Amino acid sequence: MEKHYTDSKVKGVSTGTTILAAIFDGGVVIGSDSRASIGGEYVSSKTINKVIQVHDRIFCCMAGSLADAQAVIKSAKSHLSFHSVQMESPPLVIAAASVLKELCYKNKDELQAGFLTAGWDSKKGPQVYVVSLGGMLISQQVTIGGSGSTYIYGYVDAKYKPNMTREECLQFATNALALAMGRDNVSGGVAHLVVITEKGVELKLVCSLIELLLIFHEELNE
Amino acid sequence: MLGEAEPQWLSEEVKTGTTIIAIEFNGGVVLGSDSRVSAGESVVNRVMNKLSPLHDKIYCALSGSAADAQTIAEMVNYQLDVHSMEIGEDPQVRSAATLVKNISYKYKEELSAHLIVAGWDRREGGQVFATLKGLLTRQPFAVGGSGSSYVYGFVDAEYRKGMNKKECQQFVVNTLSLAMKRDGSSGGVAYLVTIDEHGTEEKVILGNDLPNLFNQ
Repeated sequence: MEKHYTDSKVKGVSTGTTILAAIFDGGVVIGSDSRASIGGEYVSSKTINKVIQVHDRIFCCMAGSLADAQAVIKSAKSHLSFHSVQMESPPLVIAAASVLKELCYKNKDELQAGFLTAGWDSKKGPQVYVVSLGGMLISQQVTIGGSGSTYIYGYVDAKYKPNMTREECLQFATNALALAMGRDNVSGGVAHLVVITEKGVELKLVCSLIELLLIFHEELNE
Repeated sequence: MLGEAEPQWLSEEVKTGTTIIAIEFNGGVVLGSDSRVSAGESVVNRVMNKLSPLHDKIYCALSGSAADAQTIAEMVNYQLDVHSMEIGEDPQVRSAATLVKNISYKYKEELSAHLIVAGWDRREGGQVFATLKGLLTRQPFAVGGSGSSYVYGFVDAEYRKGMNKKECQQFVVNTLSLAMKRDGSSGGVAYLVTIDEHGTEEKVILGNDLPNLFNQ
């Protein structure tokens, strides 16, 4: 089977990135770094927000080709708002994830985009879904994606616990993003975090990741 | 039937896609590795010990191409024997690392192996040296191999200065366990070698005895 590589210079700006979503007791945290780079050589944006709101309590993070991801999300948003008008109720998180999955699967030969979908709905509470590059849809408690995620698999496996409190989960997400940005040269900048619960949505911007890295790399303090 | 196709693994290069780690504590070092050797998609050896002795109190951890790594280790073992006879005492860890570095650097185009050298000597105590692609650098700890990518975040977060021998052993076992879970080219059992002034201790931890840090 031939491997399909994206040539970032052909497709334009590509997000080398780190994205993460995790469920805690009563809600979900979804977050990403903020760097957009061209081929790993030039940072075209230091503060891009990769966490996109697709409905009141449903957010998405994109990975892969930024152009493809933006196009898919635009289409998904309009599908979802039409769907929610038809159903006369807010869409389920799995509906949002399924819409993305359909688009990714039907167009798998042209697209190079993957998504994390996180949100809260009244039927199942907090949920996280992953739509992979080829259009697979699975539900997980915690998930990471993007080029920077390679470096934090061990950390996330060891440190994620189900039913954490909101504060513990935020600290976990911030730490994980900081560690990934510390090792991946195409992830960086600030951390955009969104906390979604039954009560509502809270956006957090964490800029002090450098201080966090100093704690992790004690040798810098000498 | 004529011309039965040979199995794919016979024509693939044998690699120790692997996870290796070495860490220094006050008075010695701990080295750890997994035990999987793969040729393409097949596991050709599931119990290989990738921690190879260079001298009584100096070991190296092998990763990359299995043939290249083993050859470097054997050559340095020989050169170190000669060297230690010439100086009349046990060689320094830095000397062993330099010998590995010399070979890695001189033949860097032909070889694709990364060795981590660690050991104890009387002058500097426990030391860990990384020799990736012909570089020589002393570090408090070093990770290598394909599985190391997955645990960079974990070791960055968990490493603290001044850990004692037991904490270092636990740190190594935890790291190997996480990497072996995620990396397809790492697995099997975990080998641990602890070197201090009193001697060298080799240990094997079987797959089902590895800590399960994964909570889902």
